[in-house]
Amino acid sequence: MKRLLLPLAFALLASPALAVRPDEMLPDPGQEARARELSQGLRCLVCRNESIDDSDADLAHDLRVLLRDRIAAGDSDSQAVDYIVARYGEFVLLNPTTKGANLILWLAGPAALLAGAGLAFIITRRRAAAPEAAGLTEQDKARLADLMKE
Amino acid sequence: MIVELGHFALILAFVVALIQTVLPLIGAQRNDPLLMAVAGPAATTQFLLIAVSFGALTYALVTSDFSLRLVVNNSHTLKPMLYKVAGVWGNHEGSLLLWVLALSFYGATAHWFGGQLPARLKARVLAVQGAVAVAFLAFMLWTSNPFLRLEYPPMNGHDMNPLLQDPGLAFHPPFLYFGYVGLSMAFAFAVAALIEGKVDAAWGRWVRPWTLVAWLFLTIGITMGSLWAYYELGWGGFWFWDPVENASFMPWLIATALLHSAIVVEKRESLKAWTILLAILAFGFSLIGTFIVRSGVITSVHAFASDPTRGMFVLGILAVFVGGALTLFAARAGQLESKGVFAMVSRETGLVLNNLLLTVACFVVFIGTIWPLIAEILWSRAVSVGPPFFNAAFMPFMIALAVILPIGAVLPWKRADLGRAMRPFVGALAVAIAAALLAYALTSGQSALGPLGVALAVWLVAGAVVDLWQRCGRGSFASRLGRLTRLPRADLGKTVAHAGMGVTIFGIVALTSWAVEDIRVLKVGESFTLGAYQVQLQGVHDEPGPNYTSRVADMLVTKDGAEVAVMHPAKRTYPVAAMATTEAAIRPGVFGDIYLVVGDPQDGGGYAVRSYLKPFADWLWLGGLMMALGGVLSLTDRRYRVAAGARRTVVGVPAE
Repeated sequence: MKRLLLPLAFALLASPALAVRPDEMLPDPGQEARARELSQGLRCLVCRNESIDDSDADLAHDLRVLLRDRIAAGDSDSQAVDYIVARYGEFVLLNPTTKGANLILWLAGPAALLAGAGLAFIITRRRAAAPEAAGLTEQDKARLADLMKE
Repeated sequence: MIVELGHFALILAFVVALIQTVLPLIGAQRNDPLLMAVAGPAATTQFLLIAVSFGALTYALVTSDFSLRLVVNNSHTLKPMLYKVAGVWGNHEGSLLLWVLALSFYGATAHWFGGQLPARLKARVLAVQGAVAVAFLAFMLWTSNPFLRLEYPPMNGHDMNPLLQDPGLAFHPPFLYFGYVGLSMAFAFAVAALIEGKVDAAWGRWVRPWTLVAWLFLTIGITMGSLWAYYELGWGGFWFWDPVENASFMPWLIATALLHSAIVVEKRESLKAWTILLAILAFGFSLIGTFIVRSGVITSVHAFASDPTRGMFVLGILAVFVGGALTLFAARAGQLESKGVFAMVSRETGLVLNNLLLTVACFVVFIGTIWPLIAEILWSRAVSVGPPFFNAAFMPFMIALAVILPIGAVLPWKRADLGRAMRPFVGALAVAIAAALLAYALTSGQSALGPLGVALAVWLVAGAVVDLWQRCGRGSFASRLGRLTRLPRADLGKTVAHAGMGVTIFGIVALTSWAVEDIRVLKVGESFTLGAYQVQLQGVHDEPGPNYTSRVADMLVTKDGAEVAVMHPAKRTYPVAAMATTEAAIRPGVFGDIYLVVGDPQDGGGYAVRSYLKPFADWLWLGGLMMALGGVLSLTDRRYRVAAGARRTVVGVPAE
């Protein structure tokens, strides 16, 4: 909605560069593709809710370079991400882990669906078993008579 | 002087809103027609006063009155006129003024067009509407007054955020506000019905047009916002699951559910309590959205005025209105007995399933949005919840919704035979599977999600067409076509909106699965291959703008040696705001967009260039527009037009 008031990050930069800069890309296309994929799941810590892949901030640039260094050094995807999480904390992960209390977050949707479906099922069964509405009430009949007279 | 008049009108509006709240409520309780009759004229007066106030603020911005704090902070003499006007709502205080203007406008329309409403219901609806206005006008006058003067006016202002200086964005917030605020009407109707203790088919019919209007504005607003992000932020993203975006998306999901459950109330007098609850929740999520955006408790790309006092005030409003309405709901919901009986397989259960999926999906978005806050408070744990979570947790609900939609939409009321209902859709299913296989073959299995999305999209569109065709009855092609033109508009609206959802899904899938991206340094004169195209950087030059300077690139796009387009991506620098924006050059097309962005000069010469092919991108927003168009068609259905016309000719005919 109000995308009003601009990304603060933009305000801090007199001249934003493009998010992924040509000079930071890895020569190996396979490794570069992995780096792109991973950096979409890592948060630019000084920005508001932007991944380092989308962000123009200098810190995002540093993180992208760091990530690429690890990949070029032969880290697997999870090793490279763990390396960054160890230094910047869980906050850097845009995809929350399923560890500890975060499990509640992940299970909230399926649990709500099951609960809602159960409730809907019970209510529907009750509606299906309920007697057909008893037609017009006395009030309705009187009103109908009035209307007919008009 | 004019500014002071606006300020004074705003204070008067607050007083009028107080009267509009208190007197009609007492009148409805005592059955005093005189007190109840206050509501209507009060609503009109309140609207006129706020309109005067809004006009005064617009005048101040247009004439660059720098003795006003708001004008200094958000304007500049060199700013183009369009953005001087749009600047009225391009900031916290002014956008609140637009918010209350919309609120009072809805209240006034309930008076203008609500002639056939029972007097007591109308008085209570307007009283609730007035109460919401009291809260927000108080919020403005005490924490966010747009009419504050400065003791020492500066010679010029600080200009507006350049990202907001865009025609798409100038008109995007008003749509959203009219959407958010429109849901207050559904809320007012729900609370009035709870006070009354009565919900019937007529209530379902009355509440529906307001919900439809609100939903329509929300749909257009969200579509415009997404389109703006696509072309203005410079990398072609269209949705970021940002808290502020979610703030607009949650009411939309609930409003969509409400639209469908209100049909059950209207046609079958069932799901009454549930519909009332949805009406309360829909406006509740509007308020939560306001809280998220204004309080700054959840960090977002699009931070608005982050201020704890304001946040607390909005939280208070939220607690009073939603808490109060839910308490009333708990006390009265038992009285709302349902009449209609339905079997386990019926249109009713189809709509229950629709509501279940939409509300749980909304719940997922909600918990994902506030989770960082919860984790911080309860476990002092700093976590982020970003697009990967939302895509994984939200998408399954939309997929399920798309799968059941075409069938659910044609099930008969009360009792249905699933097998018989599905028979006409064999063709649609076959087309959907064929389309998925074709997509799989054409893209050589790049992504599994792509073909699945194509299947869903085709299933929805074909399903909508089959539904419409069935509605035309049997007989020759010509007689069916004849009936098509005489179908109720609501049926056409349903078809167009459901097909629109399919088109949007197709756009999203194509854009996320098959986009081509290229990042490189390009020197003037050099060219490169982008998909089927050749792109050449022909030159770079500077261009002055009204309140910015621009560095523009000329890029020639050719295909097999033939010129396709000369495109001009640019980068603007706004000296007053000390900001720069990238202006992507986009060549839209039915089959996809060419999207070019030029960046900074590089050390070794040349410029950083980002280019994309975005297949079928525009279909995404076309689908959004189709959904909105479906809403318009449904809104102009005969049963509303007739009801409106009947008011003038016959007195006291109930709409049942």
